[in-house]
Amino acid sequence: MLSDFLKDYLPIILFLIIALGLSCAFIVVNLILSPKHPDPEKLSAYECGFEPFEDSRIEFDVRFYLVAILFIIFDLEIAFLFPWAISLGNIGLLGFSSMMIFLFILTIGFIYEWKKGALDWE
Amino acid sequence: MEYINIIFSETYKILFLLVPVLVSVAMIVWLDRRIWAFVQKRQGPNVVGPFGLLQSLADALKYMFKEVIIPSSSNKVIFILAPIVTMTLALISWAVIPFSATQVLADINVGILYLFAVSSLGVYGIIMGGWASNSKYPFLGAIRSAAQMVSYEVSIGVIIINVLLCVGSLNLNDIVMAQEKLWFVIPLFPMFVIFFISALAETNRPPFDLPEAEAELVAGYQTEYSGMMYAMFWLGEYANILLMCAMGAILFLGGWLSPIEIYPFTLIPSAIWLIFKILFLFVLFALVKAIVPRYRYDQLMKLGWKIFLPLSLTWVILTSSYLFYFNLLPTN
Repeated sequence: MLSDFLKDYLPIILFLIIALGLSCAFIVVNLILSPKHPDPEKLSAYECGFEPFEDSRIEFDVRFYLVAILFIIFDLEIAFLFPWAISLGNIGLLGFSSMMIFLFILTIGFIYEWKKGALDWE
Repeated sequence: MEYINIIFSETYKILFLLVPVLVSVAMIVWLDRRIWAFVQKRQGPNVVGPFGLLQSLADALKYMFKEVIIPSSSNKVIFILAPIVTMTLALISWAVIPFSATQVLADINVGILYLFAVSSLGVYGIIMGGWASNSKYPFLGAIRSAAQMVSYEVSIGVIIINVLLCVGSLNLNDIVMAQEKLWFVIPLFPMFVIFFISALAETNRPPFDLPEAEAELVAGYQTEYSGMMYAMFWLGEYANILLMCAMGAILFLGGWLSPIEIYPFTLIPSAIWLIFKILFLFVLFALVKAIVPRYRYDQLMKLGWKIFLPLSLTWVILTSSYLFYFNLLPTN
């Protein structure tokens, strides 16, 4: 007999396997049915008709990196908020006020970032 | 023997979910193009089948016979893996969507967390595709898209917290049942609006379709793809859009609950109500695409970080304080 936990997640695992199989099948069918006429020009990277100028893994704006770091901070905060939000009725004033202090500290950090210009894009 | 029986019955149920989802994705692409056309006083696809209903099917068939071009400079394994990841992730989130109190494939007690997690993983498909193509436009499109998706994911997460405060459970059926008296769209209306706009940005829909802004990045992260792999990207994209509509319907519009509890309306099965609500949200998505001009990238990031994030966080504090002060919090 399967445990209840497994019973809940079994459909998801099966769904994952079926969805993976379906997506692989799409590509395989496409590979079988499609014509194959390789050509060095056709296989080269697209860049408006001429030879690619330089390596395509060029340096990019550091702001994308900043956004990623900010995302980690705020996503972690959301991970903290999830259990807090569903059990707030049980943890009383202590739980409520601790989260408010946490959010207050986070807000100070957020204001600092804002003033430093980490959120500005030109 | 018993295991095999369980696996067979579950697979049977999965196929009954998967096939309708795939068919409705094809229909929704058609609907999207039709609405877009009607707003611009055009006809849209109307040749294949009645009203052009089979257009997407014909398109899919055409993609099947197109040559698979894998650029010689690309990282081939990741290049092929990217559309597989995108499509798989877009499909498996449907496993937890409840169509009525009992019609749900996997009634797990962390349903909304699962949805949130799987939709966050969607960014991997795009990053992998853009990186593995080893070409400039896909690369730039992929980092733009990733930055945009993670930014708006934060505000979607905070909005979900707002709903959870009123529910006290992560189970999707509990979230629906908590709206029996009042849909959350009424008390949390500003959050619904922010959720809708964030969902547009999260799925790279116009007016936030900067990753594939045709005028500057050709087709963004999909530039190097062809044939079925390209089709799988848009299949994943539209499955994600439908999922976002379903999430909006469950979180704010009462999921499968019928809006009026009077005799003739209670006869309609609850799955139909959910489908109506998803369709309603999708028509809004399509209208926005047709009507609103595209945003600039700096405006997009400003909207996400400087307006939506502070606003939704403030709303969390307001909601929790209000519920806490008047002792309205759900206890379990």
